[in-house]
Amino acid sequence: MIETFLNPEIIAAIWPIVLAGLANTVLLSLIVVPLGLLGGLIVALLATVHHPLVRWPLMAWVDFFRAFPPLVLLVLLFAGLPFAGLELGGFACVAIAFFLNTGAYYGEILRAGIDSVPVGQIEAARSTGLNRLQAMGYIVLPQAVRNVLPDLLSNTLEVVKLTSLGSVVAVPELLFQARQAQSLTYSPTPIVLVAIVYFLILWPMVRLLSRLENRALASRR
Amino acid sequence: MARPIVEARGIHKHFGALHVLKGVDLEVAERELVFVIGPSGSGKSTLLRCLNRLEEPSSGSVVVDGIDMLDPKTDINRARQRIGMVFQSFNLYPHMTALGNVTLALRKVAGKSRVEAEALGRAALKRVGLADRAGHTPGQLSGGQQQRVAIARAIALEPRVMLFDEPTSALDPELVGSVLEVMCDLRESGMTMIVVSHEMGFARNAADRVIFMDHGLIVEQGPPVAIFENPSQERTRAFIGQIQRH
Ligand SMILES: Nc1ncnc2c1ncn2[C@@H]1O[C@H](COP(=O)(O)OP(=O)(O)OP(=O)(O)O)[C@@H](O)[C@H]1O
Ligand SMILES: [Mg+2]
Repeated sequence: MIETFLNPEIIAAIWPIVLAGLANTVLLSLIVVPLGLLGGLIVALLATVHHPLVRWPLMAWVDFFRAFPPLVLLVLLFAGLPFAGLELGGFACVAIAFFLNTGAYYGEILRAGIDSVPVGQIEAARSTGLNRLQAMGYIVLPQAVRNVLPDLLSNTLEVVKLTSLGSVVAVPELLFQARQAQSLTYSPTPIVLVAIVYFLILWPMVRLLSRLENRALASRR
Repeated sequence: MARPIVEARGIHKHFGALHVLKGVDLEVAERELVFVIGPSGSGKSTLLRCLNRLEEPSSGSVVVDGIDMLDPKTDINRARQRIGMVFQSFNLYPHMTALGNVTLALRKVAGKSRVEAEALGRAALKRVGLADRAGHTPGQLSGGQQQRVAIARAIALEPRVMLFDEPTSALDPELVGSVLEVMCDLRESGMTMIVVSHEMGFARNAADRVIFMDHGLIVEQGPPVAIFENPSQERTRAFIGQIQRH
């Protein structure tokens, strides 16, 4: 069993490949999570503008990218854009796809957070002379983020998992590297190893999330 | 008579089909304390909120301390610094300490440095008797203390007039006194105040003028004794009778 699924010799041979994959997964996450949050912030702030010329296009935008499978979006960007004369490479395509897709999700979460802050907070801030943006930045957003922290973290967990989609467009992240190693060694060991690595990096986030969720439940009681 | 600090003329306010203010004129002189009473829904809060333009009047004019509040060219955020507002539900920022609440606008609107703002903020907290609570968050304070922090947040900006919208209505009875005391001190110091409240005792002691509103209009106004003891309008008499029975 161990010989097949976690062969020590194979591990010794491929660990530099897996390590490079891990580095790229971490790098990819460090790029796409902030990009998604930025996209989400833009969506959530635009959602506070009630003008119909902002409202309807924004709703269509968010619905579209939430309904569009991220893998299809990624392949479309990667395979389609070159025909429009735009050769972007796998990494950039992943970044754009995540900005669009996870931005829509983060946007909905942040919007719910903003809605959860009582209007009296904004009125108090505006009555002291803070402008709209200052009231948003100093008063509303900090409370909004705190109110939806478990949802933000849960979405972030999904985003980190989704970085494995990068393997489809030849971004050398964990899964891609594992497949490479697998085809070199004809052994399932690289895939098992990578599964363990995924678990080890995601499990602390899952624990943190449970704790936040329990705390949120307790404070609601 | 000197030019009034607050001059509101012909204020109308519609919410859709609802006509909430139907031509209200209000002048408030410097150092005057005007006390506003009236049934629920008569438009008292809306009137206050029109004065600092938290609510946009449908028509009419509002001039506060010589500044035309409804002129699109007016820097409304600057103008609002001169008009303090205290809300029924305190509306303190729960993620900041008492001092943070008081210093935010000092730093971000009045442009004070952190050191200056904190000195002014601590002085304001001291005026409301909460010098020792500067580091507490709203969740760690009683309702009465929270409302006093809210008053400190407003007076720290050195407003020319203070608006109070039922400042004690959300408080347990035993906490009302501490807030009224602070308001009395403020009045002693010469602050111009417009107070919407049901605290008749406070009105008798501190108000220069009582205004009775009903259905979006000022029905009657005069010195507290006249309005409370001897109102000339039937509607005023009915309302006063009603609240005194409670
Ligand atoms: N933003 C709003 N949109 C629609 N209607 C509103 C709005 N604000 C107030 N109203 C309505 O305007 C009327 C007057 O409200 P307002 O809050 O000024 O009354 P009030 O005299 O302060 O009453 P209370 O003593 O209950 O505080 C009410 O019928 C209220 O429902
Ligand atoms: Mg009211």
